[in-house]
Amino acid sequence: MTETLNEMLIIFIKIVCALAWLLGLTLFLTWLERKESALIQDRLGANRASIFGIRIIGLFQPIADAIKMIFKEDFVPSFSRKFLHTMAPFISFFFVAITIAAIPFGDNLRIGNRTIHLQILDFNVGLLFILAMLSLGIYGIIISGWASNNKYALIGGLRGAAQIISYEVALGLSLIGLIMVYPSLRLSSIVLYQGELLFGFLPKWGIFLQPLGFVIFLFAALSETKRAPFDLPEGESEIIGFFTEYSGLKWGLFMMVDFMEVIIVSTLLTTLFFGGWQVPWLASDGFHFPWGGELLLSHVVVVLLQVAAFNIKVFFFCWLQILIRWTYPRFRYDQLMDFGWKLLIPLSLVNIIGTGIIMTL
Amino acid sequence: MIKALGYFIEIIRGIFITTRHFVVNLFFRCLAVLGIKTKRKGSVTIQYPEQKKEIASRHRSLHRLMTRPDGKPRCVACMLCVTVCPSECIYVEAAEDPDPEIQKYPAKFIIDLSRCCFCGFCVEACPEDAIRMDTGNVEFAQYSQEDMIYDLDKLIG
Ligand code: SF4
Ligand code: SF4
Repeated sequence: MTETLNEMLIIFIKIVCALAWLLGLTLFLTWLERKESALIQDRLGANRASIFGIRIIGLFQPIADAIKMIFKEDFVPSFSRKFLHTMAPFISFFFVAITIAAIPFGDNLRIGNRTIHLQILDFNVGLLFILAMLSLGIYGIIISGWASNNKYALIGGLRGAAQIISYEVALGLSLIGLIMVYPSLRLSSIVLYQGELLFGFLPKWGIFLQPLGFVIFLFAALSETKRAPFDLPEGESEIIGFFTEYSGLKWGLFMMVDFMEVIIVSTLLTTLFFGGWQVPWLASDGFHFPWGGELLLSHVVVVLLQVAAFNIKVFFFCWLQILIRWTYPRFRYDQLMDFGWKLLIPLSLVNIIGTGIIMTL
Repeated sequence: MIKALGYFIEIIRGIFITTRHFVVNLFFRCLAVLGIKTKRKGSVTIQYPEQKKEIASRHRSLHRLMTRPDGKPRCVACMLCVTVCPSECIYVEAAEDPDPEIQKYPAKFIIDLSRCCFCGFCVEACPEDAIRMDTGNVEFAQYSQEDMIYDLDKLIG
């Protein structure tokens, strides 16, 4: 009985930690986006928000933004479908936030004789679960566009639906090669496989086994996040987007969902193609370098290193996605569809066939 | 095909340009935060309320009325500026001056700056060089419109 209670408590703590990690990183990303875009454009970026005169390069800006959003009027237009209008941002938020459940943050942590798996739930079908939840998130966008009862919002919602459905195909197909190489859908075992070595020195990361799959997945995932250069559903300069009729905290939720998708895509890229929490040549008892050297470390240090590696990789991909967002202009709609259907999907089919041929050799 | 490849190369180059800007600016900003003075700043931002850009001498800023050596306004209430003002925001009320050389002086001279479009026509029109826009003051925003109405005292002072 106490055992089940303990288990439940551990799961609860894991959920709280993972959500805190996700939301904290989301807030941080809003700051990073401002600062990074500023540096790219030779500006300074937000640096005024201060608490008692302490500024620390604008790190309080997300808090200021949050306070502003909370106190803004939450306006629901009289012509909208009120219930759905209110539900939509929460649907979006829920389906993105829940994907964090399947992400492995690290290997097992042993405390006393208890082994804690640093992942909320180790699904058999973790990868499918994440893909499914990410695609369900589109319902939030369609509903927000439709319930707003506004032409521009509706166009935004439809564009979002069309875009995400077409890129979902490439996204799924690009991962089939990966699943052929690491024969599992369980994310923790995919990461474990990536700890092995290729030719005795190269870590067996997805990027080395599936370079083409990685490129396709990167593009498809970028379009999943609905940010420039794939920000057709928003397209501030053409249509205001599916959240035209939103204000205050609900709009803030949509914006947070954007950033959370960036994080989820980064964690996926890390987990699938860059070894997840694996540090090259780090086994559970320390480093074993391919050139012979060894460096033995205690269990806690190894786990900390692994979690740190995961975080660094995720952070790098968040940075990269923001860099891409501030480099490229928006696609035209037909170019977007061409790119998805005529380039990415054939390429991913080629990738599957190529992988199959190499594997049978 | 070749053309598309060319675009692709340019796309890749694009991200290297932004990355270079990011890294270089980050480096110089870090030096600046650490207090190390360098020639490059890493940003072109002027931190406005603390730092100000020098205003060009011909910049049209807040009006002022010029005075004679004895402290009276140089204006002779000829109404030329009132006539030329496209925003119709100058109001001048003339009064007779005992000095026959001057004849008239402005008993009231009011500019409604909330309507002024800073075209500088009044300065151009004035035959006496009595009104100028060279104070260099561009920060006279107010919370209420009444505070934007400048009379003789404010304009001379
Ligand atoms: S600057 Fe132009 S608008 Fe302003 S008071 Fe002079 S003439 Fe009128
Ligand atoms: S044009 Fe010059 S002199 Fe004439 S009323 Fe205006 S300020 Fe006075």
